[in-house]
Amino acid sequence: MNNEDNKPKNLFDELCKDYRFKEGFHTCINCGTCTAICPAAEFYKYDPRKIVSIVQTRDDQQIEELLKSDTIWYCGECMSCVTRCPRKNGPGLVIIALRDLSARLGYFTESEKGRQLLPLTHIMTGNILNYGYCVHPKSFKWEDHKESGPVWKWHTEHLEQSLARQGANYMGDGPGILRKIPQESLDELKAIFDVTGGTERIRIVEKYSKLKAEEMGMDFEEYEKQAFEYCSDKHFNH
Amino acid sequence: MITQGKQKIWSDYQKEIPDDHWYYVRSCIRQNFFPASEKMFTEITRNVLGKDIYETPHHTTCGGIAYHCDTIPQETVMTIVARQFALMTEAGYENYVPSCITSFGNYCEILETWHEFPELEAKIRENLWKACKREFKKPKYLAHTSDLIYHWRNAIAAKAKYHLVNKETGEPLKIVEHIGCHYAKMFPSKGVGGAEYPYVLAGMIESWGGQVVDYPERRHCCGYGFRQYHMKANRGYSVSNTWKKFESMEPFHPDAIITNCPGCPYFLDRWQYVIAEQTGKTYGKDGFGIPVFTYEELAGLILGYDPWDLGMQLHQVAVEPFLDKIGVEYDPKAKYLGLNKEDIMRPELPKSIKCC
Repeated sequence: MNNEDNKPKNLFDELCKDYRFKEGFHTCINCGTCTAICPAAEFYKYDPRKIVSIVQTRDDQQIEELLKSDTIWYCGECMSCVTRCPRKNGPGLVIIALRDLSARLGYFTESEKGRQLLPLTHIMTGNILNYGYCVHPKSFKWEDHKESGPVWKWHTEHLEQSLARQGANYMGDGPGILRKIPQESLDELKAIFDVTGGTERIRIVEKYSKLKAEEMGMDFEEYEKQAFEYCSDKHFNH
Repeated sequence: MITQGKQKIWSDYQKEIPDDHWYYVRSCIRQNFFPASEKMFTEITRNVLGKDIYETPHHTTCGGIAYHCDTIPQETVMTIVARQFALMTEAGYENYVPSCITSFGNYCEILETWHEFPELEAKIRENLWKACKREFKKPKYLAHTSDLIYHWRNAIAAKAKYHLVNKETGEPLKIVEHIGCHYAKMFPSKGVGGAEYPYVLAGMIESWGGQVVDYPERRHCCGYGFRQYHMKANRGYSVSNTWKKFESMEPFHPDAIITNCPGCPYFLDRWQYVIAEQTGKTYGKDGFGIPVFTYEELAGLILGYDPWDLGMQLHQVAVEPFLDKIGVEYDPKAKYLGLNKEDIMRPELPKSIKCC
């Protein structure tokens, strides 16, 4: 399933190249303060102290298991752990580095939460490259966000009138709220993606997701929909 | 709130905020969910206070949400930010103010990382030149839009038509402040008041006549969690964190919540609706929720702007009980009218939480 040819000789050494890891991984004393403050640890079967402890072993097999697990995808990246760590570690930063490596190696497809990287990538990078925003009315559908309530259903049904009432310049020229980002600026974003590995990241996430969809006997659309919607009950602290 | 001790912390965490000439960049989430708050920021700063707030249509997302959803590499987000700085440099500004806490945290993290690792900054400059043929200077000052409203809070108070005071009892209204994690949790020195007891919103509440509510889960995340909200499968995480905060603040009977971050007011508002629909529980009086405001909405309210010009019709939790406590004048029939009083119908009413 995963591209073993692409696997670096040593996963810990690969993590050490990541600037988030350099900033967030110092000597952990395993005090558990990060876990005590962590919103994810209360909700999911998640313990940032254990994650840092595993990484600290430098054991490639354990790190590979981590990269293929649901565990690294439970964090909400709120960075509450950074404030409180008595040794100035950033478990949240370690998580970002682990997720980045998992994405690059295709290991993310081995877990239910990891597979969400496909719909997330399509939503976020689609919005950036098509509109210049991370969130945009054209892709934020009420049907996928019923928690936004009846007021938002009404708002989206009368989008242009409602936004005009709010003082927006929706898809208009010039500055202002929800303006149309000029094409030359969108072209610059695309060039940035091409130069910095953003375009390659999209290709890699799609490639490994397609392979996993085939392995699971699902068409690509069905695979993506399941990743977006399905949640098994194995993740939670009950 | 007991302020003894906190005042010492606050005095240790003050940041220099220039009084004028800011290069302004917008927030992805606020433009979608609280567009009138961004409108009010420029209205108050430019037209009420007479400040120079510059915006170019060519600025884009900073990429912060995509980055924290782990969908773009670090070099990509850094080069998008470098382009934003290039636009500021080309416009002749050196004070940079984003309207978003995720962005603010993103900028703080990137500037700090470049400071620690100059070779990475050099790489990003090279990337930007290759991709866009642009060069940039780093901002001399970086502030969040709430820092500016905080900075001008007393000037706003001096022009206020209303105060955060119960018009019947004369008592200050009890306001919960919610900061947003990326404001100062990573870099406490970058936020007004630091990370543990931030003063940026507390200062506004005090200046405008209200009373800050301290409660156990004051610093807890609203539950956004990036992928934990954007994926339908994960939203239980998000609502559970909001629920934890409301259970913690409920015994203190707050009149309202003021928020700092783009996402937090959306989550604290909408998850109250969901909790009510799922369990029947509401946190305000008489079946209402606790109204949740942006700092521009509260600033606009006390300055006497129409609540519907401030966008409060887009909240799911009704704001009217709070307006009535202050004595704000408003037309209930105008709440859902479009531009030029066009009839664009009304939203359906939720089943459990009371709305007006």
